[in-house]
Amino acid sequence: MTKKQKHLLTRIIVAAVLFAAGGLLHLEGWVELGVYLVCYAVIGWDIVWKAITNILHGQVFDENFLMTIATVGALILGEHSEGVAVMLFYQVGEWFQSYAVSKSRRSITSLMDIRPDYANIEKDGKLIQVDPEDVKIGDTIIVKPGERVPLDGKIIKGSSTLDTSALTGESMPREVEAGMEVISGCINQTGILTIQTTKEFGKSTVAKILDLVENASDKKGRMENFITRFARYYTPVVVFAALALAVLPPLVTGQAFSIWIYRALTFLVISCPCALVISIPLSFFGGIGGASKIGVLVKGSNYLEALAYTETVVFDKTGTLTKGSFAVTEIQANGITDEELLELAAYAEDYSNHPISLSIQKAYGKKIDNSRITDVQEIAGHGVQAVIDGMTVLAGNAKLMEREHIPYTASNAIGTVVYVAFDGRYAGCIVIADEIKADAPAAIKTLKAAGIRQTVMLTGDADAVGQDVARRLGLDRAYTELLPADKVDRVEELLAQKSDKGMLAFVGDGINDAPVLARADVGIAMGALGSDAAIEAADVVLMTDEPSKIAAIMQIARKTIRISNENIVFALGVKFLVLILGAVGRANMWAAVFADVGVSVIAILNAIRAMRVKQFETPAQE
Amino acid sequence: MKKTIKLIDLDCGHCADKIQNAVQKIDGVTSVAVNFLGQKMVLEAPDEKFDAVLAEATALIKKIEPDVTVKA
Repeated sequence: MTKKQKHLLTRIIVAAVLFAAGGLLHLEGWVELGVYLVCYAVIGWDIVWKAITNILHGQVFDENFLMTIATVGALILGEHSEGVAVMLFYQVGEWFQSYAVSKSRRSITSLMDIRPDYANIEKDGKLIQVDPEDVKIGDTIIVKPGERVPLDGKIIKGSSTLDTSALTGESMPREVEAGMEVISGCINQTGILTIQTTKEFGKSTVAKILDLVENASDKKGRMENFITRFARYYTPVVVFAALALAVLPPLVTGQAFSIWIYRALTFLVISCPCALVISIPLSFFGGIGGASKIGVLVKGSNYLEALAYTETVVFDKTGTLTKGSFAVTEIQANGITDEELLELAAYAEDYSNHPISLSIQKAYGKKIDNSRITDVQEIAGHGVQAVIDGMTVLAGNAKLMEREHIPYTASNAIGTVVYVAFDGRYAGCIVIADEIKADAPAAIKTLKAAGIRQTVMLTGDADAVGQDVARRLGLDRAYTELLPADKVDRVEELLAQKSDKGMLAFVGDGINDAPVLARADVGIAMGALGSDAAIEAADVVLMTDEPSKIAAIMQIARKTIRISNENIVFALGVKFLVLILGAVGRANMWAAVFADVGVSVIAILNAIRAMRVKQFETPAQE
Repeated sequence: MKKTIKLIDLDCGHCADKIQNAVQKIDGVTSVAVNFLGQKMVLEAPDEKFDAVLAEATALIKKIEPDVTVKA
């Protein structure tokens, strides 16, 4: 509790005791009025005071003024206990509202609390704790097990496992050893690490992420702006309606003014749009906080909102849907076993550092015995010829087989095909291709299920390769053989096709596709942990490189919008209902106070649900 | 110059909006964003005018919401 909250709570308790005493003692006349006035003074003095000073400052229509008018009005009308009770109830609501907001603010900020408190520096053989901001580039810091890595740097001594979950939402710890880069914000789990810093604190990953998330709610979405505008008109309209209600019906019907003034007072109590102006931003704040928990940084409420209305998702292929590294995907042996074929290819390609050769060697996995290889000849543009264990082995493309007049079976597999032959006989072929990420098919499926109308892939790769990946993932469309500039053009086309309200999101690695990220309604960069460029360029940043997080963030966005809508409907619904009931004399001031602060508190509690994102974490992989 | 200013005990949403509108009108303010949930205000003004703008904003906030403590 803050000082202010404690103070108000004390006043509420004192006033409540006085109020109860006044009611129980059956006081009469001046004594009764005296007790209630003291009670009113205790609980409402600040409201009345604020109302007066605000009028002097030329601001008439605020809640303080309205509460003052409403309660003083009730006191004058002779409803002593009601006037006091309403003020008391109002303050209880205010207190609860303030408490709920600060509590939720704290729990959301604690989600993103990755700020390191100190850094250990060795001085004269002793470890001392210093402020991370005071550590300079190139300084040596020591991180003990259980501590947070305070600054980005390079390990010079020690090995350990790092828990990156606070940054990435990834529960699998990362193994690190001397020579490797480490990122601030991770928690050291097992060994002592000696780290040489490579960045100052302000430029370190943790500071950047904090800055980004903390400022995210500065960028307001359409919904928040609408509520702000709505609030500006709502209050004066209700106040004028109250005025009309107090004056017109008595003049027309000849009924007593006091009845209609009382009804008008209930209007005034409901005239504060608090429930909306607090709960809507709170939902967005919660959604953004929850997203950061699973390793997705959203740079503004406006982007979270845009994600909820996304109907087209455009993906870059390499590094986004596929791993961007080559691997053996298929082995078709002819007359020998798969292992034997792989062995022949690995030996023949041993001399080469080409990515294709490396992936064959990786698939083979055993050490190459160089003494078995003699006479290696590279045949440019075709492949290689080597003598292995006295046999002449050929490994290369189809042209090589044709040149050597070896009858082979042409493979129609997608990717790079390496044909192998020995002693003039065809031995089979090995297919090497970029691998699809494990969670990519599930991610596309979840997006579709979530109502994304169109999924599109852009790639600079060959048409056959691109179309094959698109087909295997179940994407709606693929544009292939694109130059970087073509990607922007394709996105422009897709932007022109979408509906008015629909949004287009582009997902890329954030390094080579900055123009496209900027052009899309929402630019999403993935695998951004440790890549400053990607964090800068995108609107939404996935710290890991799992496409399933895209589906997760869209579901979070939709949930946030749904909660906001619920709150708008609920708050306005109750308010209008009580306004109508009040106008016909069916709602008393208690109901009005409930429609004000009670609704506000309920809306806040509902808004807080936006930060719960557990159910959206990585869907089951296929 | 752009600076983040803490608004301690700012706990109503529409007061934040009121403050934002009022500070925006101060002569010399380039941009201002009052964040009710962050309990802060990001104020931007030319360097030479900044202190004067901040002083005026502080006075204005005191007037609008006497409970709020402005901490630069």
